[in-house]
Amino acid sequence: MNRILPAATAIATGILVLLGYFISLPILADLRLTLLGWAVILAAFALFVGVINLLIVHSSKISQRQKGWGYSFILIIALVVTLAIGFLPTGYRDPGLSFVFKAIQLPVEASLIAVLTITLTYSSIRLLRQRPNLFSILFVVLALLILLGTAPLPLLGYLPVMGATLRPFIAQVLAGGGARGILIGVALGTLTTGLRILFGADRPYGGK
Amino acid sequence: MNLLVGLAGFILVLLSAGLMLGQSVLRRKSPPTLREIPAYARLRQAIGRVVEDGSRLHVSLGRAALTTPQSASALAGLTLLRRLADLTSASDKPPVATSGDATLVILSQDTLHAASHAAGQSVYDPTAARLTGLTPFSFAAGALPAIHDENVSANILMGNFGLEAGLLTDASAREEAFTLAASDNLPAQAIMYAGGQEPLIGEELFAAGAYVDAGRMHTASLVVQDILRWLIILIILGGAVLKLAGLV
Repeated sequence: MNRILPAATAIATGILVLLGYFISLPILADLRLTLLGWAVILAAFALFVGVINLLIVHSSKISQRQKGWGYSFILIIALVVTLAIGFLPTGYRDPGLSFVFKAIQLPVEASLIAVLTITLTYSSIRLLRQRPNLFSILFVVLALLILLGTAPLPLLGYLPVMGATLRPFIAQVLAGGGARGILIGVALGTLTTGLRILFGADRPYGGK
Repeated sequence: MNLLVGLAGFILVLLSAGLMLGQSVLRRKSPPTLREIPAYARLRQAIGRVVEDGSRLHVSLGRAALTTPQSASALAGLTLLRRLADLTSASDKPPVATSGDATLVILSQDTLHAASHAAGQSVYDPTAARLTGLTPFSFAAGALPAIHDENVSANILMGNFGLEAGLLTDASAREEAFTLAASDNLPAQAIMYAGGQEPLIGEELFAAGAYVDAGRMHTASLVVQDILRWLIILIILGGAVLKLAGLV
């Protein structure tokens, strides 16, 4: 029963939502919206569970003095302080909360984006070393051509052939066509994955 | 929704469902031969290494919320997580699963718990499935310690990632660990191609179940994807011919 009930609920809910999407009967549309509303409420509650998971993981790291436990300690302090500011009567409009996001969260994430540019440059060099084949060379050459067509060069400015002809051809014709092919493949994969869940062949809920 | 589009969508879903059921029943005794995808062949080797040397698998499921269409990629990742947890049940350490969405954490905990129960293990570690952050870069920053500090020899990134995937693939490369990377997001696929040891492109992400023997329905769905792809190619070519002939 423990295994059948979650599967039956998930399959029935999935079929009702799918039918409500395709068949324009008011009762099905209302049912679909109600079920989606419940899903959103459950997802919001899951966030609470997720935060508890975060606390458990990091507090166990601190108690076992695992590598990097100091960072876990800072994380918990930051979490508690941010949560406390959020509970102030001024709520999400509190200037303290705005400060936390603008002075800490945003600069940290921006720094990570900066690190990413270095990482990607290094990755493209590593790509040629690890997989020295035609596709890797094409990948790096096309990336360089796109960069040359996008950014002005010192003293030379924008390169006319690169920016006006080559870059749009690569980005809109070659990459655009390839991207559509990939997206069609992803859409088909999404469809069959959804159907496997509806058939109960994949059950990420309740185990199997 | 436009009635014609809705009808076409409904027919496509029904056709796919019928084909999947038909394939899974008819091909029960003679499963189709799958083309070789090097990434999955190396994944099998990496699983063997994990069991032998007592290291750990890290599966990152991305940050797609279950209420969005991108969740399909995370669900494919969860199927792989379950299968990997089964295959490495003889190992000392269970796989560690990281994600950037709370609903995915609950599902990955459930998946690891079910795998541990199926393997007859008496102890289940609830911290093996973790929420590492809710924004793209906090998620990546939170997943980095798992790659660096937990004796991980194989990192499997499968789900909805963005540009932050570059940080994860780089960390894995620095640890000289095996990296299998797949995302449904196009910029992430480009980054994974550059940084991942074994990147998967496009629908190869959804083929994971079939390649790790997760069940007949996975193989059937792969065959159906191929049939539908040919159908779409024919429709596109037909449309182009009609357009060239000036009929549409």
